[in-house]
Formats: sequence, C-alpha cells, structure tokens
Amino acid sequence: MIEVERLRKWYRVHQRAPGLAAALRSLFRRRYETVKAVDDVSFSIASGERVGFLGPNGAGKTTTLKVLSGLLHPTEGRVAVAGFTPKDRARGFLQQITLVMGQKQQLLWDLPPSETFLLNRAIYDIPRAQYEATVAELTELLDLAPLLGKPTRQLSLGERMKCELAVALLHRPKVLFLDEPTIGLDVSMQATVRGFVRAYNERFGATVLLTSHYMEDVAALCPRVMVIDRGRLIYDGGLAELVRRVRPDKRMLLRLGKPVDRRDLEPLGTIIEHGDAVAVIQVSQEALQSAVARALSTLPLHDLTVEDPPLEEVMRDLFAQGRAA
Amino acid sequence: MSVRSAVKAYPQLLRTGFAGAVAYRAEFLIWMFSTNMPLVMLALWAAVARGGPVGAYTQKGFAAYYLATLLVRLLTGSWVVWEMTMEIRQGTLALRLLRPIHPLVAYSAENLAAVPLRGVIALPVVAILLWNTRAQLGGDPLLWLMLMPAMLGAWLLTFLVMSLIGTLALWFESATSLFEAWLGISAILSGYLIPLDLFPEAVRRVAVVLPFRFLLSFPVELVLGRPSRLEALSLLAAQWGYIALALLATRALWRAGLRRYAAYGG
Repeated sequence: MIEVERLRKWYRVHQRAPGLAAALRSLFRRRYETVKAVDDVSFSIASGERVGFLGPNGAGKTTTLKVLSGLLHPTEGRVAVAGFTPKDRARGFLQQITLVMGQKQQLLWDLPPSETFLLNRAIYDIPRAQYEATVAELTELLDLAPLLGKPTRQLSLGERMKCELAVALLHRPKVLFLDEPTIGLDVSMQATVRGFVRAYNERFGATVLLTSHYMEDVAALCPRVMVIDRGRLIYDGGLAELVRRVRPDKRMLLRLGKPVDRRDLEPLGTIIEHGDAVAVIQVSQEALQSAVARALSTLPLHDLTVEDPPLEEVMRDLFAQGRAA
Repeated sequence: MSVRSAVKAYPQLLRTGFAGAVAYRAEFLIWMFSTNMPLVMLALWAAVARGGPVGAYTQKGFAAYYLATLLVRLLTGSWVVWEMTMEIRQGTLALRLLRPIHPLVAYSAENLAAVPLRGVIALPVVAILLWNTRAQLGGDPLLWLMLMPAMLGAWLLTFLVMSLIGTLALWFESATSLFEAWLGISAILSGYLIPLDLFPEAVRRVAVVLPFRFLLSFPVELVLGRPSRLEALSLLAAQWGYIALALLATRALWRAGLRRYAAYGG
C-alpha cells in the first residue's frame, strides 16, 4: 500500500542572527543552510497494517507524512501510495487518503461540525447512502451526537478532536496518516481515540501510519514501529523486539507486606524505587529467574510482577545509543 | 481536479460559505460600513459642483455616480488576499491541498457566498439611487441587461487579481504590501475616487484601456447609461478578455508557487 525507496527531503533554511544589524545584513546577503529532514529512508507498509512512527521532535516524522500525503515533493527517491505518486495530488489519490494533524484543524471554526461534514460530502462526492451510513457509524463509535450541532469553537479540545477524526474519515480513506492525533488530550480521551483508530482499521482494512509522543498510543495500537532520528530510519520491526534489543533488562515490581531493609533488596539487582509498600528492582534478563525465586523466598510479598522497562526510557536509550555511535 | 466534480460540489460550497458569512455577521457589518469612501467623495464633489457642473457632472450627477460606485464595490469586492496570505504563513493551506478540490475554487465559493448578505446592505443604497437620481440613470434596457455579466465580470476580475497577489505569498513572506500598492493605484484608476472622464485627457486615455476600469468604472458607466450599445458590448468583451488573461496568469503562478511551496516548506 505504501512504498518508499531511498527518500530524501532536504530543505534550504534561511539563517539569521537576532538583532537589527543582522536583519539589515540579511536584506542583502542571505545565508542558507541545508537541513536534511529525511535522509535516505526506505520502507514499505502492507495494506491493513498499523505502524507507529517514532522519533524525537525534528526527526523527520512530519516531513515524511507530508511527502506521503503529497504536500511536499521529495528531493530524491521514489514514493508510491495506493498506486499513486503522491506529489501529483491526483483526485483518485486524495480520495483514498487522509492526514490528521493534531495541531491543525479542518473543521470550520464558527460553524457546527455537521456543516463541515456536508462540505466534505460535496467535495469528496460521497454518495448519499454511503454518507449517511458512515455518519451514523462514526457518530456511534465516537459518541458525536451531542456535538455535531454546536459551533466548533465551543467544543472542548477532546470533543473537537473526535469531530476532526470523523470529518477526516467521512470519505472512508484507505490510508490514514495520523500526526500526533492525541496531542493535548487527557488519558481517557486518548484511549477513546486509540480505540476508534483500531476499530476503523479493523472495520475497513485501512492502513494506518501514526506518529505520537505518547508511547501508550504506539504500544496499544501498533504491532510494528519505525524509529527515525535525524532523518534516518534506525529501527523498523516489532515493538517487543525493539524493547528486547535496546533494553534487555526487566523490572521486578514488588508489593511488600511490610517495610523491608534496603540491604535485603540489594542482592536482587539495581534498586530503582524503594518505598514501604512498593519496591522496583531492575534485573538483567539472565538473572531474572533466580532473582524472582530469591524474592519469593526471602521477602514478605503480597505480589510480584515482571515488566518491560517503560517505553519512554527505551526510546531515550535508543536515541542516546544512536548519537553515541 | 476535474472541472465536473468542482461544478458538482459548488452549490454546497456556496451554502457553507453563506452559513459562514452569516456566522460572522457582526464583523461583516462593520466591514461593510467601512466601505464608505464613495460617500466621502460624494460630499466633496457635491460641494465643488454647487457652483456649476464639473465636466459632465452636476450635483445630482455626482450623487448618481458615487451611489452606483458604492453599490458596485459592495457587491463585487473581494479580500481573499488576506485569507490566502494568512493560511500560507500559518501552514493551514495544507488542509486545503489535501482535499480533492482546487483551493482557488474553494476560495471563490466562500467569497461569492457572501454576496447575498452584502445585497441586504446594498438594498438601501439601491433605493436611494433609484429614487433620488433617477433622471441621471441610463434608460436603455439592453445596457441594464449587460449589467449582470459586467458585475459578475467585475467580481471575477477582482477575485482573480486578489488570488494572483495572494499566490505571491507562496514566494514572499508577505504579499500584503504589494496588495496595498495595488489598492492605491486601483482606487485612482478604477474610478473609485474620481470618475475617469474627469482626468486630464492623457491620463484618461490610458486609464480607459487598463484593466482597472473593468473592476469598477465599467459597471458604473452602464448604470449611468454612458456608453452606446456598441461601445458597451466591446467593453464587455474587453472585460472578459482581461478575465481570461487573469485566469491564465493566476493558474500558471499558482502552479509554479505550489511547486516551490512543496519544495521548501508546507
């Protein structure tokens, strides 16, 4: 469904120091610097896949999404989405994709979302029966009924995002590019959005490529992740595999029946947290079995669970490794 | 982007644009009442003409001219430059580019959709114009018939020029200073401030063939019944010729600008 081969996207950025003198100088002579936003990236995504696109700010995620949706022309390389070359922005292509940007909205600000729905029905030339069925379905999935008649400006951020998703999916696109769709949303609204994206993907077999700062989003939605850093793809594969590779250690979470001495915990591994009722110990993969056995036999435990390190830490370590190399 | 699908979508675009214009009614009213320059000019010239006609204009003649000017401006004005510049700078143009309809077609609908509301404001102007200065108005029904395509042409030409300048924002950080320069020149050469036939002969001869005349003065001339039938027809043809030129220029500039936009930013 998506084929990217040796994609490069370089920008020329105008450089200017602050201050009046610099402003005047830049009137006559401009200094430019080339920014390699995306540098030699290749991947392919099959129809119906859900892929998470991870990377720090400025890594090239949004640039890649913009190239894939036809907003930016590649500097070099070949890109194909649903059999189209995105930069041609053919009608058939635009009919099959959608790009949701958490920071920008297509809903008309002073009119109720239902008005934007009607507008998109006309622009995408959606047959009436299909339109009505889709609206009914989206309304139910996202619980939109109380929102559709209010002016957009009076909706809360979460309500607006739900409507924004609905309007972006009215034409039943086959490919969803989601750029930070949960940014600024509270935890329960994030879960709603995630659940909805998954439901849409399963219902219509749509392909989803999602960027997010919230690792929860990616962990819950995307069996496959791609990690980009400074324009280069540094990982492409399963999420569990990524965690194993970057951080082979595990975390043992101990719920204590009564406070224990620090000295009793030290033989188990590295102490991350030590409280009266809870302790967290970092243990290497190899030592895990013996550490668990030892904890069970020597400590007053209510409960013991073993977890992967938090994804945020995995990513931080991954980028740190990449930069050190 | 087929023309057929754009034509099919246009009625809904107009309906939504109208809903938008209604939602903005307060700002809209203020904006409409700020279009009062013709009334200022009318007061000025009426005072001058008290001592006797100026050129072909008596006091009543000036009244008819400036009321007609106000009417044409109210109904054919377009300010799409502001919107385009803002959307290009803030990057929200991307959202328009994602939809399978040409952004300029969408802008034109949003613009045109405000006309009915403007019509409501324009009605009192029409009433005063017809009642007080009826002796000054043209009597040839054919010229009145031609007023329709001439008004549509004036709106379209204004819109296209605005789009052309707005498109420049794809290159320059702000195209609005160029827009202000255009407004200044156009206020003089379109007959907005001074009737073209009051200019010195040399200026007048240039002004009547430049495109500015067709933005405003031409429909006003029709209301006042100035040109002969034949002249009116050839002027109408010239107006639509300029429209065709502006359309081609806007399209070419838009394409080139978009290529640049897609290469450097977005």
